[in-house]
Parts: sequence; structure tokens; C-alpha cells
Amino acid sequence: MMEFSEIFFKYKDLITVAVYGTAIMLIIIGLYGVLLKKHLVKIAIGLTIMDSGINLLFVAVGYIQNGTAPIFSPGHEGDAIRMVDPVPQALVLTAIVIGFAVTALALSLIIRLYKHHHTANIDQINSLKW
Amino acid sequence: MAMILFLVVMVIIILAAAIYAILQKDLLYAVLATGVISVILSIFFYLLQAPDVAITEAAIGIALTTIIFIITIRNTTRDEDEYKENHVEKFNKKN
Amino acid sequence: MLKKYIIFALIAILGFYLASTFKEIPFGANRLGDLNDPETVSAFYLQKSPEDLHVANAITAIVVNFRGFDTLGEVTVLFLAVTGLTSILYRKEEEEDEEERLSIPSSSLVRTGAKILFPLILVLGMYVFIHGHLTPGGGFQGGAIIATGFLLMLITYKTFFTNHNVMTWLESIAGLGFVIAGLYGLIVYGSFLQNTAWTGNLNDLLSGGLIPLIYIFIGLKVGTELTSVLDILLNIKPRKK
Repeated sequence: MMEFSEIFFKYKDLITVAVYGTAIMLIIIGLYGVLLKKHLVKIAIGLTIMDSGINLLFVAVGYIQNGTAPIFSPGHEGDAIRMVDPVPQALVLTAIVIGFAVTALALSLIIRLYKHHHTANIDQINSLKW
Repeated sequence: MAMILFLVVMVIIILAAAIYAILQKDLLYAVLATGVISVILSIFFYLLQAPDVAITEAAIGIALTTIIFIITIRNTTRDEDEYKENHVEKFNKKN
Repeated sequence: MLKKYIIFALIAILGFYLASTFKEIPFGANRLGDLNDPETVSAFYLQKSPEDLHVANAITAIVVNFRGFDTLGEVTVLFLAVTGLTSILYRKEEEEDEEERLSIPSSSLVRTGAKILFPLILVLGMYVFIHGHLTPGGGFQGGAIIATGFLLMLITYKTFFTNHNVMTWLESIAGLGFVIAGLYGLIVYGSFLQNTAWTGNLNDLLSGGLIPLIYIFIGLKVGTELTSVLDILLNIKPRKK
């Protein structure tokens, strides 16, 4: 990662746009999929893409220039001066596992809905409308 | 210089896979594109000096999320527009 | 058609405001402050972790010790989601006109490879959650690796069944062990999940007090939970068309 820190000075704007822009584009594409698609599994795929975008945004905020991973391995015990921020990484660890649990529960509801109505299109499932 | 090229290629792959996953009508290919997003995202987390998060995203996002989506597709329809032909016929055949 | 244009406009406005907010946050700026006299929360955690707790992995110290109550909430949410999934997909035993689990038998290459790889994957998963305080890893990662090993066997062989009673008992005992470790801190030291005083040296296997014990319990619980989820999902029998 030595080259990364040297190039960082010259192309700082490009790297900022690349990292933040990817995360925000993933959130927008996922939101488009949730709002405008008609098949239930496609809505669940949009939800998964939105989760990935938000996690990337969190970890990108916690990066410090010339930083290293926050682990005190033998031989590097005085390294606390050059470490990246550890708190966003601990929050994202929890968020990834909970995102998976919510996806699994949503998919089991979709299977049950399909068995009852024989269709997975949200325009056809209108037994709650009057 | 190689680092910049690598970053640009990864960003292009992620955005292309995300757009493909939303616009594709065959659901099995959309699920595999979501798996590709998880793989490249895991590499991205490693470059941002977060090894714990990279291992978690690789273990949960690539294997487990893909398999539960495939089991759901197996128990529902495979195509996004499949309801148009089958729905009316299936109900007519049953009655 | 009008609804589509309104949604496009809303998404564009949301994207514009997100981009303008995150342009104010400089990428890579130093936010920790002074490390010998900590003022921010991150600097406090980075200073206390090798000196007071003797734990090498700072993220493990945050997840299990400093923010241990959030981990208890996460384990609870995972447990609730799996319970909900089991109760939604519950069905009585016999129904007519249904298929079996696999439709194509696997080739002999896949069968031999799966039988060799399965104990190795289990050992890798156990290594990852036992050494969670020394190397990157921990309970959740090790549990996911164990579930992937069981998934390999479940897909390859048609007659591989996991014992449902053993999985349920192991998960319950591991979850109870986590709560008892917290209550031990409450009884002896006065606050829930407080760490004990006997900590070893840095980078030893037995350092960090209660931290490796809690991660072993979390690893076993998450591994068996995800395995039982996959077992239930793979045994839904689709209706014969």
C-alpha cells in the first residue's frame, strides 16, 4: 500500500469521487429497484444492493490517510499513532449480519405468499383492498 | 499508476453489475450479479484497511445470500414476467 | 406514467443532497486527535485496548467488551429472525404429490471432494472464532464458515440430514452461556458484562479475560443457527406441476 499513499496527494479529488460516488450510486440504484419493480424477488434484490451501498459509505468515512489496520500484531505494538478509525468498522460488522437476517425473513415471507396466491406480482395480490 | 487503473476498473464493474441486476428479467442472472457485487465490495473493504469487515462480507454476502435467493427462485417463478401467461391458464386449468 | 417521473425526480433530489453532504466530509482527514491524552471515543478505545485489556484485535475489544450490549442485541435479533423463519415455513408432515430434495445426482468428483473438504472447513471455522482476539476474525465470521461447510454436504448428498435436536440444544446452551458470562460480571463486579481482572500478556491465547469465551459461545450459536436455517429452506418440497 506504499504506492497508494504517494498517489493519494496527486489524485485526491478522483479518489474521493470514486469512493463516495460508488456508495451513493449503489444506494440510488437499490432504491430505484425497491420503488419501481413489480416482482417480489426483484424488490428483495434491490434491498440487498442498498445494504451494500450503506455499509461501504460507513467504512469509507472512517479511513485515515496513511493508516493501517487496527490490530496490534507482534512487532507492531507501538502502531496506535497510524491506525484507522475502529468504531465505524465495529458498527458495520453488526449491520452486515442483521441485513442478512432481515433478507432471510423477507424471502421466507415471499415463499409463503407465493404458495397462497400462486403469483409473485404485487399488482395481483390485492385481497386487502376494498 | 496501476493503483488508479485498478480502482477505476473496480468501480466500473460494481456499477455495471448493479445496473444489470436491476434491469435483467431472468432472475437467476440478477442474483449472480448481486454475488459479483459482494465479491468486489470485499476487495474494496480490504483496500480501506478493514480486514474484519472484508471477511464478514465475503463469508455472508457471497455464499449465504446467493443460496437463499436461489432457493426462493426455485419455489417461486424464474422469470419476472412469467405471471402473464401462466396465471390465467393455471387458474382456468384448475377450474 | 406520471408516477414514474415523480419517483425519478425524488430519487434525483435524494442523490443530489447526499452528494452535497458528503462533499463536506474530507476523505482521509485525521480525526483521532492526540493519542496520549484522548479526547475522542476512538482514541480512547485505541489507547485502552493494548494497555488495560491486553487484547491485540481492537475491533474485537470494541464489539465484545466496550459495546458488548449491542452484541447481545444483535444475537437477539438474529435469533428472532430465525425463529420467525422457522414458524412461517412450518408444515405438517405428509402431503401428496411432492418432489424430493435433489433432482440430479452429483458426480463422483463432487462427492469425493465434499467428503474430504467438510472436516477441513469445520476446523477452519473453529480456528477463526477461537483466535478472534489475535487475528482478524471472530464469532460471526467463524459461524458463517461453519454454515458454508454444512451447506456443501447438504447440496451434494441426498441423504445427509443434520440432527435437529442436537442443533437446537447446542444453540440454546451457547446462548445461555453468553448471558451467564454477563451475569457473572454483574454479580462479581457490579455491572453487566464487566470484564474480569485476570488478563494475560498481549498476543497470548489466554489473554483478554472473558473475551475469547464469549466469542466461542457466539461462534457456536451463529454456526448452528445458520445451519438449521439452510436445512429448513432446502427441505421445502415444491408442489409437482
